[in-house]
Amino acid sequence: MHRTLLAALGLIAFLLLWEAAPRFGFVSPLFVPPPSGLPAAFLREIQAGYWVSAVLASLRHYALGLALGTGLGVALGIATALYDGLDAALSWVIRLLRPVPGLAWVPFAIVWFGISETAATFIIIIGVFWINFYAAYGAAKAVDKDLLEVADAFGHRGTLAKLFKIVLPGSTAGILAGARTGLGQAWMAVVAAELFGVPGLGQRMMQASSLLATEVVVVYMITIAALYGLTDTLFVQLRDRLLRWQR
Amino acid sequence: MATLVDIKDLAIAYGKAPPVLAGFTAALERGSFTAVVGPSGVGKSTLLRVLAGLTAPAAGTVDMPMQPEKGRRPVALVFQEARLLPWRRVLENVSFGLEGTGLSKVERTARAQETLDLVGLGQMGGRWPHQLSGGQRQRINLARALSVRPDLLLLDEPFSALDAITRQSLQDELLRLWHETRTTMLFVTHDLDEAVYLADRVVLLGGKPAGIVRDFPVDLARPRERDTVNFSDAVREIRAALSESVNDGAGI
Repeated sequence: MHRTLLAALGLIAFLLLWEAAPRFGFVSPLFVPPPSGLPAAFLREIQAGYWVSAVLASLRHYALGLALGTGLGVALGIATALYDGLDAALSWVIRLLRPVPGLAWVPFAIVWFGISETAATFIIIIGVFWINFYAAYGAAKAVDKDLLEVADAFGHRGTLAKLFKIVLPGSTAGILAGARTGLGQAWMAVVAAELFGVPGLGQRMMQASSLLATEVVVVYMITIAALYGLTDTLFVQLRDRLLRWQR
Repeated sequence: MATLVDIKDLAIAYGKAPPVLAGFTAALERGSFTAVVGPSGVGKSTLLRVLAGLTAPAAGTVDMPMQPEKGRRPVALVFQEARLLPWRRVLENVSFGLEGTGLSKVERTARAQETLDLVGLGQMGGRWPHQLSGGQRQRINLARALSVRPDLLLLDEPFSALDAITRQSLQDELLRLWHETRTTMLFVTHDLDEAVYLADRVVLLGGKPAGIVRDFPVDLARPRERDTVNFSDAVREIRAALSESVNDGAGI
């Protein structure tokens, strides 16, 4: 209760400060649009139909990109952790590709897929792939060797049996920690992926900022924050359910 | 009695290092209870690992039942630490070894519950491992191995980490299970008192590479009493042989 109160007070103080800065002339309202102007801007965006269609389009890119990026990252991470040969073969390929920032892939996304939803999804996949790859790789490598031996002792000697009985359940906590980081990273990637003209929140933000409608930009910033808050809350519930065996 | 396990000229080595165990020959009678004692590092656990199929021997043969049957595995190992899978409930930990033995899920659950009842934890099936005490975890460790109804049960110092009272109650529990199931037991321990209390034969390992130094039959009547002269004499005799073999090994 004490913590909730402090959290509310902190948020109120932040909003008051934010409101006061442009209102008392410390900064131009163009630079820092006051929060009191945001509901009106939000209403205009909804009435014009921009908001709903942008949210739906971005959610589509987000869900697909996140699912594929997480799935591929986890799958390759676990495969490299399990097979030393694959690990060795890929080690320099990974060092080559890993540092390339998501934005650097935009020209290729456009060349390969055109200005399309596929291109936007591709950028999001790249944005979350590595986080999940390294989280899954590390988690699978850290699985207790003693438990792998228990599997051997009780006749579960094949790689698939070990994967499903020991490696996957044993690395769930690490995989989920990576997936949660990816959850936030993917929203950042959504904006980057839509900057080049694919409809969605990112595109709408770019349009508004080129018109200097900064209050609209802030409306979409808050929209993304709210969507992230919602997905993260749902994810934490799912995680706690999956990890209920932990003390 | 019929021979269940026949070990001939077994040698165990790690890599190119000199063998830990060499020329090891022994036979285990079906339904017998054998304790293996010896100084630490002599290769007691390694011997169990070879019999459990976790380590390949460098030489020699082990003749023992190998074919799994429906709902059974010929050999099961009780680890020194419980090594329960923390993400499985107790009942699912007990049925771990039954998976892949041709039983349906319902049959596995029934067998696991039956084995859980046998070790006196029938009510605990729905708990998570971290909710159990150390003694309860070792009982589950034991139940997991018993559930596959093995011909040979290998036990690697399973009670060494427990307090004295829990240890003694689990020793009695193990003897009761042995009488009920007639499973052949091979029990590694460094506790001579425990060896004499449980086994009808105590094998002393020693030397480098290790082999059988002495093979003591324990003819004391059951249930055994620790406070009797016969019991103390048996423990003392083995302790003397153990000290002697340790001193020989150290070159004194």
